[in-house]
Amino acid sequence: MTRHISEEGPISATRRDFFKTGGALVVTYSLGACTSGPRVAADQVAPPKTVALDQVDGFLAIDAKGRVTVYSGKVDLGTGIQTAMAQIAAEELSVPLDRVTVIQGDTLLTPDQGVTFGSQSIQNGGMQIRQAAATARQALLAEGAAKLGVERGTVGVRDGVVAPKAGGKGIDYGTLIGGGNFRLTVDPKATLKDPKDYTIVGKPIARIDIPDKVTGRFTYMHDFKRKGMLHARVVRPKAMESTLQSWNDSDCRKLPDYVGVVKKGNFLAVLGRTEWAAIAASRTIETTWSDWAGLPDQSKLWEYVRSTKVSKDEDLQKVGDAAEALKTANAKTVTASYNFAIHTHGSIGPSCAVAEIVNGELTCWSASQQTHLLRKQIAKMLSMRPDDVRCIYVEGAGCYGRNGHEDAAADAALIARETGLPVRVQWMREDEHGWDPKGPPTLFDYQAALDDKGNVLGWQSEVFIPDRPKDLAVALLTAELANLPHEESHPGNIQGSLAIPYTFPNIRVIAHWLAETPFRPSWIRTPGRLQNTFANESFVDEVAAAAGVDPLEFRLKNLNDPRGAELLEALAKLAAWKPRASQVAASGDVARGRGLAYIKYDLVRTYVGAIADVEVNLKTGKVLVTKFYVAHDCGQIINPDGLRNQIEGNVVQTVSRTLIEELTFDRSRVTSVDWASYPILKFPEVPDVAVKLIDRPNEKPWGAGEPTSAVVPAAIANAIYNATGARMRSVPFTPAKVQAAIKLM
Amino acid sequence: MKISLNVNGKSVTITAADPQMPLLYALRDDLGLHGPRFGCGLGQCGACTVLVDGSAVRSCVTPVVSVDSKKIVTLEGLGAAGKPHPLQQAFIDEQAVQCGYCINGMIMQAAALLQTNKKPTDQEIKAGLAENLCRCGTHLRIVRAIKRASEVTA
Repeated sequence: MTRHISEEGPISATRRDFFKTGGALVVTYSLGACTSGPRVAADQVAPPKTVALDQVDGFLAIDAKGRVTVYSGKVDLGTGIQTAMAQIAAEELSVPLDRVTVIQGDTLLTPDQGVTFGSQSIQNGGMQIRQAAATARQALLAEGAAKLGVERGTVGVRDGVVAPKAGGKGIDYGTLIGGGNFRLTVDPKATLKDPKDYTIVGKPIARIDIPDKVTGRFTYMHDFKRKGMLHARVVRPKAMESTLQSWNDSDCRKLPDYVGVVKKGNFLAVLGRTEWAAIAASRTIETTWSDWAGLPDQSKLWEYVRSTKVSKDEDLQKVGDAAEALKTANAKTVTASYNFAIHTHGSIGPSCAVAEIVNGELTCWSASQQTHLLRKQIAKMLSMRPDDVRCIYVEGAGCYGRNGHEDAAADAALIARETGLPVRVQWMREDEHGWDPKGPPTLFDYQAALDDKGNVLGWQSEVFIPDRPKDLAVALLTAELANLPHEESHPGNIQGSLAIPYTFPNIRVIAHWLAETPFRPSWIRTPGRLQNTFANESFVDEVAAAAGVDPLEFRLKNLNDPRGAELLEALAKLAAWKPRASQVAASGDVARGRGLAYIKYDLVRTYVGAIADVEVNLKTGKVLVTKFYVAHDCGQIINPDGLRNQIEGNVVQTVSRTLIEELTFDRSRVTSVDWASYPILKFPEVPDVAVKLIDRPNEKPWGAGEPTSAVVPAAIANAIYNATGARMRSVPFTPAKVQAAIKLM
Repeated sequence: MKISLNVNGKSVTITAADPQMPLLYALRDDLGLHGPRFGCGLGQCGACTVLVDGSAVRSCVTPVVSVDSKKIVTLEGLGAAGKPHPLQQAFIDEQAVQCGYCINGMIMQAAALLQTNKKPTDQEIKAGLAENLCRCGTHLRIVRAIKRASEVTA
């Protein structure tokens, strides 16, 4: 094997030697067949197409056969929105659903509809597509009437054919537009179809993707290949901020199909012609790293959070004068502190991406929830023009937020840039658990004062959460390791839903934005709202108990929101709730109880109420959630079965997070790097879930990917209180913590 | 080293530079199959499950040399979209998928379970799949799908 050490030089797609580019060392050995044969250009090249958000052509195309293509910037992360988007477009255009194809998250083809997060896909992204389709429909009706020589008002459309309502010859969409452009600005006032005429929206349509997924015919990101593609694995630092001091791959060179390394700063990757060669090399290469032990002591995490420098305080809600109200003489006061552990996303498929550069243009295939943002981030990292970077979404394993997909994409982009060759990067399990960004630790303090009739005089909550830089992006790990340009990491809008829906006369809700947090923060399903609702709705339960009032009655009494009240009443009926003032008496070793929680998401959208039934083993402290009842109102429902699937998933995933999950770490790095050290809920512990959907076809559709999760932890905490009298104020509710809380009583 | 595999009823020979390479990589990279999935490489999650001589096996920790000449069935071998296996049809009927990354393991594990217990109770299904992880929380639908399949095939 010949060893080539690179020299400064431009990247060339045709050269078979290797370069030292931009300070990166690239060493490879005997590349052999992987550059033979013609290089494959990005084969999704399409004619120039607008991606403008205000253009119908940004979102829709209709070909000569009347087939509709929807271009969606929001992507299906396993939540079923591909099908939902198809339903929305098919309905508004009045075409059969099977005539619609959805292209997702391709920066060259799809409008930038923002990151697929925050339960916004349907309510924002879907509504943009609906409005574009409505604009198209109106134009097609007018054009059809003109071609048929009849009055506009006399025609209608059915199955993509514009025809006189009275009957007679029609003209189909394919003939009317036939692959041409609409050249229309989306009309925000275009008349929408009356929901009473819906035949596709609101129906439990089977998901488009499932047959291929259950028969092994689906191409996930992890299955995606390019010709001549190398396989890479990233060699991780010994500690989070270690410096790479030396490396030696002489033993790797004895491995068949080993290619070489790419090193830049503290970024080190090994390359193989086969996947197994890359894995074997990553386990064989010798490295020395500097010591680093800058993480806080996990056993004192909450002291660390409480003592972290506050960069600013912010009032998130202010009604009356809470400070004065809390000082009311003879008032009954309630205080509590809560905390919520650091969580990892825990995708079942570790992150994976493929990148290649052809003629100076980088194409990156990724399961990213944010291809448009990823494009900007990769361009910044590599000092490229964003126009020279294209990111294409390929569905991966569910990510539940900003996990490692974007980092794997950046790994692939950097290696492709340094080698000039197509590269696939697959993270290993320890990469995903150890190095994806984390949901930050969250700490709360609460105070309330009550009068002798159980009325709340004042409510104050404080949350300690990492500060938000200007740009909503999580830094690319690759760029951090390689000392390349990158953003400061943003934790997401984690202040959401800390403000409360209740009509107390004096309320103050304060965010203490912290200057530091131990791990690269990011959004994980229901970011902030999960933690905030755990604390809010647990404390509501504590205050209701102090007032001696049934938790349901207490909420209804303090809500001035008929839609919320209707939801709570539907929930009570679903679960056959029996009023009670405080906990029930336990008997034997197992105590049973039920708890309730409620949210109006961000105070402006989806309503969810939940009741949990639990069994607590008083000896072991083990909690089993046996049943969840959920009432859900997200306005107009696009696909009720898809919605139920999301609600069930929210419950199960969040029961796992509430009872079991907690990142562990030593002073140097994450130590919970597999499913043994970071376990999640298994089948035998999964609760039954009963769902009551409240459909409001004439209302705006709101999101459902997150809101149900928000109510799960407090419902469980309140159920444990009901069963045992113990308050669980620290997630996860491990048996040890439950035992300790019971002993405290 | 040349290794003979019998995959989904067909005999194939692969050249494995390292006979200890896990079966998963032979199936995915050498044979181009999409059913078995890489999830952990540790035998902890079940996403890579295949049937070897009828038993559910974690292909990510099974050296390819150890299955030389054995009968391997992957998700593709159970059935196809036009002619799905009763389990696959039941997963479609129950819409028992979210991201679907774990579903290969769920179906293959269930296929093995139904060979030994044709009419499992919900509790037996849950116990049988206890070491298959799902992160989306599709568990309840998966149990219903397996129950439905057992009613069709029993």
